[in-house]
Amino acid sequence: MNPDPTDGSATVRSDGGMVDSPFETTSSVEETRGDRIDRFLEGFVRTPWSILRDDWRAVAGFAILSVYVLLGTAGVYLVEPTHPAHGPRLLGPFENWQFPLGTTSSGRDILAMTVHSTPSILVMMASGAIFTVAVGTFFGVVAGYKGGMIDTVLSTITDVFINIPGLPLVIVLATLLEEWINNPVALGALLAVAAWAGLARAIRSQVLTLRSESFVESARAMDLPTRWVLSREILPHLMPYVVVNMVNAARSIIFAAVALYFLGVLPFSDSNWGVMLSNAYHAGALYRPAAYHWLLVPMIAISGIAIGLILLAQSLDRVFNPRARARHERGSGDAIEPDSEAETTQMTQV
Amino acid sequence: MNWKIRRFGQAVFTVWAVMTLAFFLTRMMPGNPVDAFVARVGPELDNPQEAYELAEVYMNINPQDPIHVAYVDYMIAMLQGDMGQSISQNASVAAIMGDAIPWTVFVMSWAIFIGFAVGISLGALMAYWEGSKFDVAITGYATIITSIPFYVLALLLLITFAYRLNWFPTSGRRPEGVEAGFNLPFMLGVIHHAALPVFSMFVGSGVASLTMRGNSIRVLGEDYLRVARLRGLADRTIAVRYVARNAILPMYTGLMIAIGSMFGGAIVLEEIFSYRGMGYYMIQAVRARDYPLMMGAFTVITIAVVIALLIADLTYGKIDPRAGSENREAF
Repeated sequence: MNPDPTDGSATVRSDGGMVDSPFETTSSVEETRGDRIDRFLEGFVRTPWSILRDDWRAVAGFAILSVYVLLGTAGVYLVEPTHPAHGPRLLGPFENWQFPLGTTSSGRDILAMTVHSTPSILVMMASGAIFTVAVGTFFGVVAGYKGGMIDTVLSTITDVFINIPGLPLVIVLATLLEEWINNPVALGALLAVAAWAGLARAIRSQVLTLRSESFVESARAMDLPTRWVLSREILPHLMPYVVVNMVNAARSIIFAAVALYFLGVLPFSDSNWGVMLSNAYHAGALYRPAAYHWLLVPMIAISGIAIGLILLAQSLDRVFNPRARARHERGSGDAIEPDSEAETTQMTQV
Repeated sequence: MNWKIRRFGQAVFTVWAVMTLAFFLTRMMPGNPVDAFVARVGPELDNPQEAYELAEVYMNINPQDPIHVAYVDYMIAMLQGDMGQSISQNASVAAIMGDAIPWTVFVMSWAIFIGFAVGISLGALMAYWEGSKFDVAITGYATIITSIPFYVLALLLLITFAYRLNWFPTSGRRPEGVEAGFNLPFMLGVIHHAALPVFSMFVGSGVASLTMRGNSIRVLGEDYLRVARLRGLADRTIAVRYVARNAILPMYTGLMIAIGSMFGGAIVLEEIFSYRGMGYYMIQAVRARDYPLMMGAFTVITIAVVIALLIADLTYGKIDPRAGSENREAF
């Protein structure tokens, strides 16, 4: 199994036979480090970039998300935080440019509240998406590849979590673990508890088809360690699916988080979109037209970031679509054939 | 057959796992509900011993028992349908849940059914007229609607149709002053109250139509369809037996996940519409820190989902003969 390094160029074997096996041919052209870097850049940077640049959905999605990131980084320094009795009560939007989006019934500036809740929401979204995808991929890949007892155990855990409705589970855990979820990262991880299982099952079924592919079989025949097979052979083939699902997971994490804030289940130290929604609801904004803007601003903030994520997911689907790739790798933007619509697999419909 | 038994066993295992989780969360966590209850009630009583007995009445867990005895007692009580006593509602958890279950199941089953029926028909039409204005319009609508959380939709619908137009009631689950039972005014009133919650759930289910559209288009390109056409089969037969069936089958997984997330979503919806179902009581319990009711609602909602998924899975095995046959070697 261990190839002898000194044996590299020998063509005459000890038994006198000449060997001309394809397994012993070496490349006639040496691949330099520069070539490898170039190949990496071509595959992971230039081609995707070229596809994304041509896709209006990608441009729009990135633009929307950058607005939120800007709000969450620079905006926090530009807009000063607000406090009760900061301005007049229930001022409408676009009436006074000191409070462009109006004020709440306690006179807090809605624009400032919206901007200052962006950083924690973004951190929570990222943490939730990463936890969902990491756990889901691990369970799916290992269960699908290993089979046997390990598959049974991991799949059973996955199935139990698929069967438990996510939101109630998160509510129970949030209520009982109140002291531990005092930062956005922990909160994202908590919300991921409800989301990873569906992804794990979907990935497992994809690995089931991959595991009997020839390149995986040959890796196994070469006695490569399981970890190597999983990370170098299987995972790269799942990457497109995983990345698209990560974006979708981010969206459902935000939806779930805002829902829980709206219900008043999650502990919070400062105002955020869900808390704003909840406060407006409880202040009777549903039947007070003067308070509509108080409801609408957080609604638009949530839907806006979700639209950005959806557009991004759809365009990422195209980046990984072999047909779109082939066109752009040729380096020319020929007439684009009508592509079958992005089939973004929605793992979690909320 | 074997597969059905395994699937049933899995459902039982899930219920057991959830009950065990509920037990450990109630008893073993630091600062757990049982200790919190005893610490709160104890000082008010003359005899501190009574606090432990009360804990047993309310939560089926006596904090003085060793953990395995408490666990067995708890499981036996749960299996007998005794989920303890609600602290805030002055009734047994089982009674509250028994009252709430039909309403949640009623709203959710309609939302799921209408959502998928409309989604499948729309998706099929979109695939049939691929590239037409109708297709583009519905695709755009579905993309936008998936980016709006269903509870935002529910709030907007509530403002528009209940508060502004007065077409639907703003809250509640049944008409006032009408005798409950199988009479027309009551049944119409119930539907009237459920209409907005159902509507706000299904308006947001645009995903089903997109998935169906993608599936149908993929099936339309398959070789067996060409063969079917060459055989001279009627268009109707092809549309129903070949295209529809093969396009709907992969949606079953989506339906299963939708069932779980919809029952979860019911919590938010019932809170918005003050619809007294399982989710409504669960939120009331969380607000009042009424742990027995909260854990009871959680357990009951999970069992409802487990049963729904079991039914879906078993019927799927009936429709798709390939389901369940899985025989693989382990590496």
